[in-house]
Amino acid sequence: MRRSLLFIPGNNPAMLQNSDVFESDAVIFDLEDAVSVTEKDSARNLVSLYLASLKKRVHKEVVVRINGLDTPFYGDDLKAVACGRLDTIMLPKASVTYLRELDSLLGEIERERGLNKKIAVIPIIELAASVLEIEEIAKYPRVNGVLLGAEDLSGDLGVMRTKEGNEIAYPRMRLAYACAAYKIDAIDTPFTDTADGEGLEKDCRYAGNLGFNSKAAIHPNQVPVINSVFVPSQKSIEWALRVEEAARTASRKGLGVFSLDGKMVDKPVISRAAKIIEKARAYGLI
Amino acid sequence: MKNSLGRFVPDGYIPFENSSAHKAKKRVTVKEKHISQGFEELADISEMFDKLKISDGMTLSFHHHLRNGDYVLNAVAEQIKKRNLKNMKIAPSSIFPNNKILVELIENGNITDIYTDYVNGPVAEAISRGKLKGMCVMHTHGGRPAAIESGALKIDVAILAVPVVDRSGNGSGFGGKSACGSLGYAVSDLMYADKVVFVTDTFTDKLINAQLNGTYVDYVIKTDAIGDPAGIVSGTTKITGDPVGLKIARNTAELLDELGYIKNGLSMQTGAGGTSLAVAHYVKNVMKAKGIKGSFASGGITGYFTEMLQEDLFNELYDVQCFDLKAVKSVSSDPRHKAISGSRYANPYDDNVADKLDFVILGATEIDLNFNVNVTTDSHGMLLGGSGGHSDTAHGAKVTVITTNLVKSRLPIIKDNVTTVTTPGEDVDVLVTERGIAINPRRKDLLEKVKNSKLPIITINQLQEIAYSITGKPEIKEISGKPVGVVVYRDGTVIDTVYKI
Amino acid sequence: MKRGIAGSLESNDALITVKESDKLNITIKSIVYDFFHTQIEKVIRETLTELGVDKIDVVCDDKGALDYTIKARLVTAVKRMEGGK
Repeated sequence: MRRSLLFIPGNNPAMLQNSDVFESDAVIFDLEDAVSVTEKDSARNLVSLYLASLKKRVHKEVVVRINGLDTPFYGDDLKAVACGRLDTIMLPKASVTYLRELDSLLGEIERERGLNKKIAVIPIIELAASVLEIEEIAKYPRVNGVLLGAEDLSGDLGVMRTKEGNEIAYPRMRLAYACAAYKIDAIDTPFTDTADGEGLEKDCRYAGNLGFNSKAAIHPNQVPVINSVFVPSQKSIEWALRVEEAARTASRKGLGVFSLDGKMVDKPVISRAAKIIEKARAYGLI
Repeated sequence: MKNSLGRFVPDGYIPFENSSAHKAKKRVTVKEKHISQGFEELADISEMFDKLKISDGMTLSFHHHLRNGDYVLNAVAEQIKKRNLKNMKIAPSSIFPNNKILVELIENGNITDIYTDYVNGPVAEAISRGKLKGMCVMHTHGGRPAAIESGALKIDVAILAVPVVDRSGNGSGFGGKSACGSLGYAVSDLMYADKVVFVTDTFTDKLINAQLNGTYVDYVIKTDAIGDPAGIVSGTTKITGDPVGLKIARNTAELLDELGYIKNGLSMQTGAGGTSLAVAHYVKNVMKAKGIKGSFASGGITGYFTEMLQEDLFNELYDVQCFDLKAVKSVSSDPRHKAISGSRYANPYDDNVADKLDFVILGATEIDLNFNVNVTTDSHGMLLGGSGGHSDTAHGAKVTVITTNLVKSRLPIIKDNVTTVTTPGEDVDVLVTERGIAINPRRKDLLEKVKNSKLPIITINQLQEIAYSITGKPEIKEISGKPVGVVVYRDGTVIDTVYKI
Repeated sequence: MKRGIAGSLESNDALITVKESDKLNITIKSIVYDFFHTQIEKVIRETLTELGVDKIDVVCDDKGALDYTIKARLVTAVKRMEGGK
């Protein structure tokens, strides 16, 4: 379960060495867009040796965004970073075809290096074509979350990217449904105005209401806001605890349906409350 | 001789015992200088040298309220150079990079002794390289007024830049083209120097509530400009955007809240650095959320605190110097924003504001396992600052919090022993870094209050281990040069020595 | 003569320049020289051994880089030199 995933430019030693202090649920070391074509080798070596230098786990989750399978870089990227410290590969410009290829490459590397774990994959939906095959992508076995990449996507569509985000309403909704259906993380696109904390909070709430459970961050200062939005509010936790308590009382009386604050409470409401409580416990809020 | 911290004290100085030693001593004040019979106007700095017979070996004092835009100290230095005076002693409350002309005078033996609270830039480097024939005596902002009023630092002529002077010789920093707000550090010089000269670029008929009382003034010089407004105050002082600094600041505010210090009537001070201001920002958020009103904030004042005053989050501000234009404007117009003297700010023998602080947020260049803090030199022993009000407020406040990155450019900030002690560990309570918080084991009361906290509270030794696991253990660098300066604690004793490098 | 450069003069980074040479020659300039020069030299020597290079000219201009950064910059510089860039 993730709330925040923080991008760290792969060729920036100052950012790398502090990547574990910002309290994001995942850190994404970026070898793709944050690194110029002439520095791909440099970034790859730096991230690889950084991961090798870690004597113990310091990040909740280590993700590396490799270069796309339409570039000459992805093979070397994978060889450089696939190690015991790596949890997840983020795949740009995802399609089912690329996903299949990555899956078999990862399988090979895992066998060769005797990694006793399965490296997960987060595909990025940033092409119109990917939106159309999102169900196939979301149910792919290694995939445990899908990220919406609105910048590239709106480019592919030939529309302007706006703060309100009406242009990405459709892919957002489809992604949220696909992820809910296959019980994986729906990760919202980054909010690009790093100076606008209020705008970020609004954007997080909007995505949360659509069914997203997490968001990527492109600046460490975005992490506390994202973390605070993608957990249940104090009010909803209190409500859920009261529902749970009332449900226990009702079940002792043999009642499946009961009323709380004048509203009917039945099984779907009880399981929604249970989900809130589970999440609140997971993040130490109760 | 060694002091109680095991630090070497050169002959002729009194060794430091502890931070409360002043309580056993009585306040000593020499007679205030005579009340002048109205001031005489002089044509320029050169005429002042003739008229006052400024000669070899005299002590001249200055304040630093015009900061990096000051022209007055430099103009006096030009005259010393021109007249080739020797063995002069200068006592500016701080020295900045724009005072680089002093380097030449130090090298030529025109200036042989310096008394100051803070020095950085080329002059600091010249001192560290052993160019000064005598000593650089580093006071604190509270210790300087104590030294002046007791006669320990005797000033022959105080040459004070004053933005506005009225016909009775009263002076103020509130107006004029070089307005800089409070002139707190000039007050002791004004009262106790043998002769007092104001240098101004603006005359006015009558000042009301002037901070500098004209009855002490002997001479006034009118000049075109006493400073460069661009160097005097920055337009705005901003909270940091650095995510590491912000995390430290957030955790600091959370800790203060858990300790119960964010409450009605609170009093606080922070430095003007980005991280310190960010602490003020997060404290402000807690105050607003809980409907809390504080009694006062003090120190060098920034626009951030004047905004908090305007939002009615404090009753008063006590301002010894202004750091930005907003602060200058506020101290000039809002009666709740009070200009105070350096003595009232932090003189241990005065009824001082620092002693009334609930908490203070300070920085550190180094801190050691005994919580001693260095803000005087870098890890090579090079002078780069000084206490200013660091050790004064650390002693006065109920809780002293040091905020700093755990690692700066590969150097772990936590040393076994700091290169130079500025503030003794007995007065330092908490260290907040991005990778954990350490509380001084002397403060059992604080440790008790946070025992169930979710904040990452560990020992300072553990925090040092974390730093070493990132950087590797640094080699020990021996500092073996001759003494070039002494760090004088606020009570006049020597807490450490600065060496030639 | 073949050369390779990697890294930068940004804070916490190091700029490493390597050149073909008939002997091993390591030059270190660092803002933390007094505290870490032995360690920096050790990392450079160990990395060269791992790469199987024993004759080379290395100039390291260090701005407070950690061990893995120095190693990564050196590996990249050597590979770039060998790649003939």
